[in-house]
Amino acid sequence: MFRPQSVIPPRVRTHKRTDAARFESVSRTRTERLVNLVICLLSTRRFLTAAQIAATVPGYEHDANDPREHEAFQRKFERDKAELREIGVPLETGTSSVLDTEAGYRIAAREYALPDIPLEPDEAAAVGIAARLWRHVGLAAAASSGLAKLRAAGIDVDPDATLGVEPVVTVDAAFEPLTQAARERQEVTFTYRIPEEDAARIRHLRPWGVVCWRGRWYVVGHDVDRDAPRCFRLSRIVGAVQPVGWPGAFTPPEQLDLISYVARWSGPVERTGTATVLARPGRAAGVRRWAEQVVPSPEGDRLILRYADPEGLARWLVGYGADVVVLDPPEVRHAAMTRLAEIAERHAAPLPVEAEARRRVRTAP
Amino acid sequence: MTAPSKAAADRLGRLLNLVPYLLARPGIRIAEAAADLDVTERQLREDLELLWVCGLPGYGPGDLIDMAFDGDRVTITYDAGIGRPLRLTPDEALALVVALRMLAETPGLANRDAVERALAKLESATGELAGAPVAVRLPGDADRLGTIRGAVERRHALRLKYYTATRDSTSERVVDPMRVLVVGGRAYLEAWCRMAQGVRRFRVDRIDGLVELDEPAAPPPQARLTDVTDGIFRPTTDLPLVTLRVGRSARWITEYYPCESVQETSPDAWLVSLRVTDLTWACRLVLGLGPDVAVVAPAELAEQVRDNARAALEAYR
Repeated sequence: MFRPQSVIPPRVRTHKRTDAARFESVSRTRTERLVNLVICLLSTRRFLTAAQIAATVPGYEHDANDPREHEAFQRKFERDKAELREIGVPLETGTSSVLDTEAGYRIAAREYALPDIPLEPDEAAAVGIAARLWRHVGLAAAASSGLAKLRAAGIDVDPDATLGVEPVVTVDAAFEPLTQAARERQEVTFTYRIPEEDAARIRHLRPWGVVCWRGRWYVVGHDVDRDAPRCFRLSRIVGAVQPVGWPGAFTPPEQLDLISYVARWSGPVERTGTATVLARPGRAAGVRRWAEQVVPSPEGDRLILRYADPEGLARWLVGYGADVVVLDPPEVRHAAMTRLAEIAERHAAPLPVEAEARRRVRTAP
Repeated sequence: MTAPSKAAADRLGRLLNLVPYLLARPGIRIAEAAADLDVTERQLREDLELLWVCGLPGYGPGDLIDMAFDGDRVTITYDAGIGRPLRLTPDEALALVVALRMLAETPGLANRDAVERALAKLESATGELAGAPVAVRLPGDADRLGTIRGAVERRHALRLKYYTATRDSTSERVVDPMRVLVVGGRAYLEAWCRMAQGVRRFRVDRIDGLVELDEPAAPPPQARLTDVTDGIFRPTTDLPLVTLRVGRSARWITEYYPCESVQETSPDAWLVSLRVTDLTWACRLVLGLGPDVAVVAPAELAEQVRDNARAALEAYR
């Protein structure tokens, strides 16, 4: 074995830490200091005070009696602690004995380390596929860094595995703040716009969770203004979701079934009515697909359709224009005729703008 | 957080991951590790250099992280206590758990069992983090999707009876399957269509008949998978632009179809412009939307709507 000198610089191994020149030749990047800080705090069972850390970890050397130097150290140390917490290092604060006057720091190895997750090859492949589903930048990054940790734990992920069906997962911008608020049990407020309403409204919600139902995202929670459970479609949230108050402000109901709140409004429909429709030969394929029965007749094909709502059926059939005629029941037939008459009336006059444009074209040299 | 600090945090996370990664793969080729970790070989070597001067307090020979190089291979021989990867952050746990729930809910999936086992293991390992407040339900025809997926996996061509909504017609065609997708709660078969001589996406709920053929699926080299990140239907500017005056009851179309513009000119009339694959489909759309919608442009469409409505009324008399 050899160390390629051009790649890895020789370490100064003969000096002790007390030698100030020990690390002179080595670039003391911030990252290096942070790695050493993590290793140091993981190796200690006692809580180490800031001063003890400064005396131990390379990169924090300073004259504690010089107020400016000391202040610079404190700022640096604060930033480093924030950075460790940012990437999820569980930094503990406390004192080792009642005699200690100043709080210190340590990292409990049990809290730090990823627990063992014994994934079989096909399970690991599934996680790998799952991690690639996110199209959302933030979640894609979180999924891939999570997967990187699993792989670092020794799990090999087959990059070419497939499950035959590929879901394309997209989320609305409100997904992240709402899942976070639900996790932290923090109330939120947001502006909500339903297309049928003319103005957006401010809503206050204690979010219990987020639901994906038939490809759309919803948030379910306690609507503070209405004092009742409500669900909101994430795509209708305008602008930012703002947290209100403190985390841990509420407790979601026990045995919560998030899906049931959304699915209640989108359940299956009972088709109890029967309608007969005359379709022109070879036309209205979209209606024929739903016919229970197709009976050829001299005027065309008679289609038997099941329906739930007569108005809804009429609306749908009118879309096929002259290709279909409703024969029965009278209420559907009447509704279709009324709509057709209104549509014809609305489009009776030629479009003024277009007419003008055409005149110009005609008179052009 | 500022950008440089983000980059530093990313590097720190990468370094803390690198030691366990290499520890689990003694003697791995540096090039292979770099490719696997999605960094350049040069970056990986720089990371190793940095780790090599880090270690336990004392920072003597036995304290520093140690590694052995053998040609282009590397082995970690001392980990200085960072031999395990860092636990998952709440965001990482959420992203993985929710994506697995999505997969587990996807109808017609092969090896769903593996997905469910992986999900259970991840949930139990991440403890309270896995209590991700996210539920997923993707209803679909699992049997039909399973059949189609099976044909795709067996690499067989398919004869489809397919309903094309834009033309309101059902036709038979032979396709060379490429993949099965679920987008926005709907399942699609992406395939080379021999009739259209192009890649098409077929909505599974519009496949009215399906025969798996004995001949192999053979999409030609020019058949490329489509990027569906922004949805299945991505209107292009060469398609006809239709402008509608839309009343309150039909405003839902602005959420349902990709619109080029929506002007809320008054509560009773929004001006909505959208691109359509053809005008006869637009005519069916307008007729179906009813009297609360009027065509503003093009005149040709307004005429079609009027003529069609009048002809339909005639048929009732």
